[in-house]
Amino acid sequence: MVEFVHEQAAHCESGVLSNLLKFHGLDISEPMAFGLGQGLFFAYIPFIRLNKLPLITYRTTPGRLLTQGAQGLGLELQARQFRDQAKAMQVLDQLVDRGVPVGLQTGIYWLPYIPRAYRFHFNAHNLVVYGRDGETYHISDPVMPFTTTISRSDLQVARFAKGALAPKGKLYYFEDGVTSASLADAVRKSLRYVAKQMSGTPFFLIGSRGMRFLAGRLERWPDRLGEKNALLHLSQVIRMQEEIGTGGAGFRLLYAAFLQECQDILDEPRMAEFSQRLTEIGDQWRVFAAMAARICKNRRLHDDSFASCAAMIRTCADQEERLFQDIRSYLR
Amino acid sequence: MKISDVPQDCGISEDIPVVSYAVDDDGQYVKVGSRGWEPINVANSVAWQQISENIRETVVGIDRGELSSLAFYMVLHQMDVSLLAHYAGFFKWQVKRHLKPGVFAGLKPAIKEKYANLFKISMAEFEQVPDLSFLETL
Repeated sequence: MVEFVHEQAAHCESGVLSNLLKFHGLDISEPMAFGLGQGLFFAYIPFIRLNKLPLITYRTTPGRLLTQGAQGLGLELQARQFRDQAKAMQVLDQLVDRGVPVGLQTGIYWLPYIPRAYRFHFNAHNLVVYGRDGETYHISDPVMPFTTTISRSDLQVARFAKGALAPKGKLYYFEDGVTSASLADAVRKSLRYVAKQMSGTPFFLIGSRGMRFLAGRLERWPDRLGEKNALLHLSQVIRMQEEIGTGGAGFRLLYAAFLQECQDILDEPRMAEFSQRLTEIGDQWRVFAAMAARICKNRRLHDDSFASCAAMIRTCADQEERLFQDIRSYLR
Repeated sequence: MKISDVPQDCGISEDIPVVSYAVDDDGQYVKVGSRGWEPINVANSVAWQQISENIRETVVGIDRGELSSLAFYMVLHQMDVSLLAHYAGFFKWQVKRHLKPGVFAGLKPAIKEKYANLFKISMAEFEQVPDLSFLETL
C-alpha cells in the first residue's frame, strides 16, 4: 500500500484536494486549496428545497472546488462517473492497486464510520481511498481525525447514493503533481473571481445581495410560516453555516486563513488586513449563529429576535461587500 | 476566532473532534481541534427532533392500520417516497401502493426482499415495527 499522509480538515472537498496534492508533492494547505478552488460563496435559493427547507449555501457548488483548484494549479484532474456499479468498483480497484490514491464522491448517509448525528442524505461527501486488502478499503476521510476502513459493499452503496447530487460512482485522481503554473497567478485569478461573486454580481440570490435577500425573508418567517416552521428554517441557516467543522463561521475563517497565506505568495502587505477583516466578519457570523441557536432552543436573551438576526446578517453583508470591493480594486 | 475561543462544547460528534481555523496570539492562523459547538448542536438536534417526530407519527399511522411497516423503515432512513423509489428501483406510484398495509401484506417476497436488502434487515424484522426506545437518544 502507498504511504498516504492523512490530515484532518475543516471541509471535506478542500481537505481531499489538499491531501491528494500533498501526496503528489505539492505543498498546498487546506486553506490554499479552498482559496484556489474559489470555495467561498453565498447563495440563498428558496425555490430549491432540501428536506422541505430552502437551499442556503456558504460555499461553492459541490465538485467545483476540485476542478477549479486543479485548473488553477495547471493540473489535470482525471474524473469519471459510471452507470455500471461493477465497472465503477473495478476501475477503483485497478487505480488503487496501481498505487494511485483516488478521491470519491459519496453519500455520507451510508458511511458507517461517520457519527450518527452527521448522517443525513447529503451526497457530495468527499474522501480518499488509498489502499485495499481484498474487500476492505483504506479510507482517508478529511472530517475524521484518523484513517479508517470500509467494506466493499458499504463503499459501493455510498458511491451510488441516490437523490439530489447523486455521485453516480464519481471518482477522481491526479496522475502526478507536475506543473509549470504560477501559484501567484492562480491565487490572483481565484481571488478576483470570488471577490466579484461576493460583491459585484447582478443576481439578487447570491453574494452580499443574497444575504440581504435572506435577511428580508428571515424577518418575515415567523409571520409567514408560523413559529414552529420558522424555527426549523432558522436552524437550517445555522446548520448550513457550519456543515462539518468550519468553526461555525460559514467558511469565512477558512477563507481568512487563505487570505493570510496569500500575503507571502503575492507579497502584498494589505492581504493581512483583508484576512483580519474577514476574521472579524466570520466572528460576527458566529455571534449570529449563537443568537439563532438561542431562539431555536427557546432561551432568548433580551434582544434576541428574528429581526435582530436579520440585522446581523445585513451587517455581515455590508462588511463583506466592502471587503470584497476593496480586494477587487486592490488587485486590479 | 482566537484559539482560546475555539468551542469545545461536547455533543453530537461522539467525541470525534472536528477541525477549526483560529488565530494565535500573533494573529497567525492555525488549525485547532474542536469538540463541537453548542449552536450547531442545537441546529442539529432540531433536525433530529423533526426526524424522530416523523417516525413517531408514522408508527401511529401503522398502529391505526393506515400504513404498512415499510413506512416506518422509510422515515427511519430519512427518506420520502421519491427517494425510496430511487433507491429501491420502483416507480413512485408503486412505492405509494406498497405503503398501504393491505397491498404490502400481499407483496411477492422478491419485492419485499429488495426493500429488506436496502435497509439491511431480515424479512422477519421487516414484518414488525421494532423497539422505539432509541428515539430518546437522538
